[in-house]
Amino acid sequence: MGGLLQMSAPTAAERGAASLRRERSDGNASPPLLAVTDLRVGLRTPRGPADALRGISFSIDRGETVGLVGESGCGKSMTALALMGLLPDGARVAGSIRFDGRELVGLPDDAMCALRGDRLGMVFQEPMTALNPLHTVGRQIAESLRLHKRMDAAAARAEALRLLERVQLPDARARLDAYPHQLSGGQRQRVGIAIALACGPDLLIADEPTTALDVTVQREVLELIGELVREDRMALLLISHDLGVIAGNVARMLVMYGGTVVESGPTAEVFAHRAHPYTRGLFAARPRLDGPRGQRLATIPGRVPELADLPAGCPFADRCAIAADACRAAPPPAVAVGPGHDARCIRLDAARELA
Amino acid sequence: MTSAAAPLLRLEAVSRHYRLPRESLLAPGPLVRAVDGVSLDVHAGRSLGIVGESGSGKSTLARLAMALERPTAGHVRFEGRDLHALSPAELRAARAQFQMVFQDPYGSLDPRRTVGWTVAEPLHGVHGASGAARQRRVDEVLDAVGLRAADAHKYPHEFSGGQRQRIAIARALITRPKLIVADEPVSALDVSVQAQVLNLMADLQRDFGVTYLFISHDLAVVRHVCDEVAVMRHGRVVEHGATDAVFAAPAHPYTRALLDAVPRPEPRRLA
Repeated sequence: MGGLLQMSAPTAAERGAASLRRERSDGNASPPLLAVTDLRVGLRTPRGPADALRGISFSIDRGETVGLVGESGCGKSMTALALMGLLPDGARVAGSIRFDGRELVGLPDDAMCALRGDRLGMVFQEPMTALNPLHTVGRQIAESLRLHKRMDAAAARAEALRLLERVQLPDARARLDAYPHQLSGGQRQRVGIAIALACGPDLLIADEPTTALDVTVQREVLELIGELVREDRMALLLISHDLGVIAGNVARMLVMYGGTVVESGPTAEVFAHRAHPYTRGLFAARPRLDGPRGQRLATIPGRVPELADLPAGCPFADRCAIAADACRAAPPPAVAVGPGHDARCIRLDAARELA
Repeated sequence: MTSAAAPLLRLEAVSRHYRLPRESLLAPGPLVRAVDGVSLDVHAGRSLGIVGESGSGKSTLARLAMALERPTAGHVRFEGRDLHALSPAELRAARAQFQMVFQDPYGSLDPRRTVGWTVAEPLHGVHGASGAARQRRVDEVLDAVGLRAADAHKYPHEFSGGQRQRIAIARALITRPKLIVADEPVSALDVSVQAQVLNLMADLQRDFGVTYLFISHDLAVVRHVCDEVAVMRHGRVVEHGATDAVFAAPAHPYTRALLDAVPRPEPRRLA
């Protein structure tokens, strides 16, 4: 499939990506940094084959911040792993991931390794397990500098110190020789960010970067990521289950459910005019700091489906109050509901009536 | 904080200190004041929320309230009786009155036991109830948390996270306790499932008059569930009051910092 997409004539998939781009950019003709088109990932699970991603398409421009929100098992981490070429063994990938003009689907391992950690940086959820407990912080930051930038040990160490200062780790010089267990969770996440930034990536993928952190530390880390992204004009893909984190930190957002993007658009637009029944349910189910107290929370009946159980049509149909027979028959197409704002639902008129 | 009625649970200047392993041969290890002189009352049929960040002493406080830890100083009184002055047999009998729900519904249920066995387990130490009465009670509590009687024969792995937390709540309910101590009961759950469990806890309070000591790092969840809230930091309660008052006009700078740090679901205008 990779070979097919590298032919000179634009394929249907590429034309699709181009039209997605036109929808939301204001006449800007330069190709996006990242164009994901009809990406599908199939996994082998104990319960048989399962589609973890069922044809997702989105693109990210240089310097753009995009959020991916959804519940466990919706495919948001699988999307990040697919972009990083880190899918589990035996995963089947179809569709296209074009990064700065290169096709990543089907890219050989050594070529992917050259990109990963260099042009593509990733911050993981749990900084304690993402860092190697047996190596000092300085050595772990220097690793990618020596590998990708061919720096000698002294230069890499000096650069590691500069990076630790940049992520505002207190007492950075002494911390170069510290081991991960000697740092707090927030400090470890700063080290994780320093590693991701080491080679000056074009795209930073942050998968639940603050979920393991306390709320006051979370704010500091999110502010740090925001600052660094602006200063370096990096693109950011921020993955979170928390609508609050998404609201404050990205310009555009995608809502995922059951391996598909069910709604996407500018963050302010999606928050103001949430269209898909799942997005509406997710917003309503969340206890609020400013809402009325003592009322029952709106709930979405049932539970997040397992990948192997996903229905053929709309993945949300079994939990949706307004699902019709047609919803279960075929995956719904993306419907434009506002400027650059799409939802995959064929019952949008009825959804507007939902509480 | 005084009230006309005697509190169901009263913590009187409770402290729990731990000695860490010594770092030098000559000096004793450093002392951690996990809970440091906390006094709180929990009134019957009400909910007290404990909020704070990791390491603030919330979970140690929960374990003290459950008599799973012995306080270094102070008293834990349940219906006026000092739990740590009771004999082991008296304490075991008293435990029917207070039960606990833990954070992780994957770690808190025995994977090799059926749901029915797990839910009935608290009855073992308490009642001499017959097998048939026990079975009826299991059916009742499973029904109360929205599960089916047939689910008693299944194993935990057959359930989702939200359903497992319902099982954990059923187990806590089986002795008809007056107090349920819930330590981060919805933190491991997805938002859509979290709402179901929070509604269930509210229903149980309305229907059975259960009292909650509700521990959470999530301020929005605590605000939703609790009538009163206590904010902990470094083992101490820095602010305590009616939930509406504390959230509307936080007096302590730390409470303000916590509230300000909560990400709001309103988008900032970004380029």
